[in-house]
Amino acid sequence: MINNKSSKTGNKPISLQVGDFPEQFNLPQRHQRGAFWKVIFQISMIVGIIALSALIFNIINESFGYIALVNEVDPESLTPHGIPLDEISKDDLILILQENVSSGLFRRLERDQPFEERSRENVLKLVIERVVNPEIVGTWPLSVSLFNKNNILYELEQNHPHAELIFQSWIDHEFFTSPQSSKPLYAGVRTAILGSLWTIAITILFAFPLGVGAAIYLEEYAGDTWINRLIQTNINNLAGVPSIIYGMLGLAIFVRALGPLTSGTLFGVTDPVTSNGRTILSAGLTLAILILPLIIINAQEAIRAIPNSLRQASYGLGATKWQTIWHHVLPNALPGILTGTILAISRAIGETAPLVVVGAATFITFDPEGPFSKFTTLPIQIYQWTARPQEEFRNIAAAAIIVLLIMLLTLNAIAVLLRNHFSRRIS
Amino acid sequence: MTAHASITVKTKKPDNITPSDDNTIDLRKQRRIGESIIQGFLFLCGAISILTTIGIVYQLGKEAMLFFNSKEVTLLHFITNTTWQPQIYEFGIWPLISATLMTSVIAMSIAIPLGLSVAIFLSEYASVRTRNILKPTLEVLAGIPTVVYGYFALTFMTPMLRGILGPQVVEIYNTASAGIVMGILILPLISSISEDALRAVPNSLREAAFGLGATKLETAIKVVVPAALSGISAAFIIGISRAIGETMIVAIAAGAGPNFTLNPFKAAETMTGHIVRISGGDISYDTLDYNSLFAIGLLLFILTFMLNLISQRIVRKFREVYE
Repeated sequence: MINNKSSKTGNKPISLQVGDFPEQFNLPQRHQRGAFWKVIFQISMIVGIIALSALIFNIINESFGYIALVNEVDPESLTPHGIPLDEISKDDLILILQENVSSGLFRRLERDQPFEERSRENVLKLVIERVVNPEIVGTWPLSVSLFNKNNILYELEQNHPHAELIFQSWIDHEFFTSPQSSKPLYAGVRTAILGSLWTIAITILFAFPLGVGAAIYLEEYAGDTWINRLIQTNINNLAGVPSIIYGMLGLAIFVRALGPLTSGTLFGVTDPVTSNGRTILSAGLTLAILILPLIIINAQEAIRAIPNSLRQASYGLGATKWQTIWHHVLPNALPGILTGTILAISRAIGETAPLVVVGAATFITFDPEGPFSKFTTLPIQIYQWTARPQEEFRNIAAAAIIVLLIMLLTLNAIAVLLRNHFSRRIS
Repeated sequence: MTAHASITVKTKKPDNITPSDDNTIDLRKQRRIGESIIQGFLFLCGAISILTTIGIVYQLGKEAMLFFNSKEVTLLHFITNTTWQPQIYEFGIWPLISATLMTSVIAMSIAIPLGLSVAIFLSEYASVRTRNILKPTLEVLAGIPTVVYGYFALTFMTPMLRGILGPQVVEIYNTASAGIVMGILILPLISSISEDALRAVPNSLREAAFGLGATKLETAIKVVVPAALSGISAAFIIGISRAIGETMIVAIAAGAGPNFTLNPFKAAETMTGHIVRISGGDISYDTLDYNSLFAIGLLLFILTFMLNLISQRIVRKFREVYE
């Protein structure tokens, strides 16, 4: 039977034991199979790269493109002789504003910032926002805008003949400086970025010292006792707990149980808007607990990499254990610890789910003033905009994603630079 | 420097120290309160992790007990019923579990074959230069926040599926799109851990296989992969645990509202998606709704914690140790 099989393939190895392991001797077939699977492996790799490219393409595609605007009031009907709004003076602009908005709104704007102090650009912006009030009737992604403009024009002609077509870059200077708004044209990420920075500052403040302390204990002090083994196993397990569980822990402990502390009522600095514990402090503490295992594990690796000879030299000179750690182990392990911490922080910056559970504010337009303010962060903002059905909100969500990715990329670049810079010195 | 200074200080004041002999001082027997305080503080830092676990178990357990003790809910009902409608006091966990299972299965059926193939390619086939470029690229994929993947699923994957299969078949929110994108998210996780395991296999094994006349593929599949199996299976389990706990992709793309279905093109809500949706709205404490979230959370925690424990056990038990 075996001989039959090998004769069928017509590839008898003559000098070897014919028929013992016929399949093993069929070299062309084996090489063919090898080549086939190599292609499969390469294709898998390419699929991964394509996925990454598609993701980035999709985001950029949505961040730029044509939009069609229809003005509620024709700007040329506002000025006496049809002069464009850009060319009239500030006083005339204020007059237009006063004539066209309700007196209540005008007083409120005056109260926010007196008109004498406002710049001409600011008043012009108010006139456009409050009086002209352009409404988006259609948006097109970048790919269509670049290669299929005729189609857009035709579509516009059919549906909105009076609409004005402009090329909108959703991510621009104003996007960074404006607060959240219910109108996508004026919405920005300033509140969200400030919220993210505040939250992360609190997170670092708590997670970094605690994480490094725990790592030092586990690497330098802990003997092989049951409690130390328990701590180590536990840390490894905590690193794998879904982030949303940390959100529930934060909700139960920081928001509810420690409510008086995290809302600031205990310190008498209550924010008039909030009186519950859904504050930046709660969010920061939740994220701190979330990334603590990551920081510990990374710091442990960095400390473990310090050669024992360094410690022994220090002991030999009569240093105590803490002196050895503080003056010799930590300075040398610091680059590794910092790299690990930065990576953990970039994880915290992107976290969304636990903060939704802890209670991020759905809509705030004012900047956070301190750890006891209500909070929103950049990923939360992206989530809320993405969840809206209107196309325009998808566009600003994409723009916010670009801001978030740039933030993360910068952090990662710093981590890589740190590693490269210091690893040369040590080795 | 400080070490030197502290010694001179101590030898200058021999009265404070109990001398064991006339001239020699045994520094080892000296009590250093500062050192003990520092050690105690560092121990507390480590112990916080245990407090965290206790906190999670206690809080989830407490609220879940309140949930199961309320008269509208029984444990039996919870694990057998197939409708989850808090408005009419129907708390059957199955719609949430079925959606979680569906997204996880779809994600893993993409991430496991692709991730393993990528790992084998990077470790066995790719040149050093290729690997140095491709591996960080994949790690970028792993570092992107999940909310971005959710956006990607909703604005790219869903329209693509609807374009291919027709909008009548595929709903706007569906578990298939969320699952596929989740697979892309988990792919680098699996490939990275598996590749580390494959690379840890010593070269002597590969050379021995080549010496016996094995082709590159045979060496990879029949020698290297079995030798690294413990690391690879740990990667799979970590991937599964990640898929079950993944939140933002399903919250954005899989749909709102529990739905007991096994059709991947219909909207359904996973356990994590439900928790996020309900707690993101205005929820008042000590209601059945609020407590039910913690019951789901407890189930989620037990599931992922067990998976993590298993993966650690596999790594420890079946690790092949090479000289």
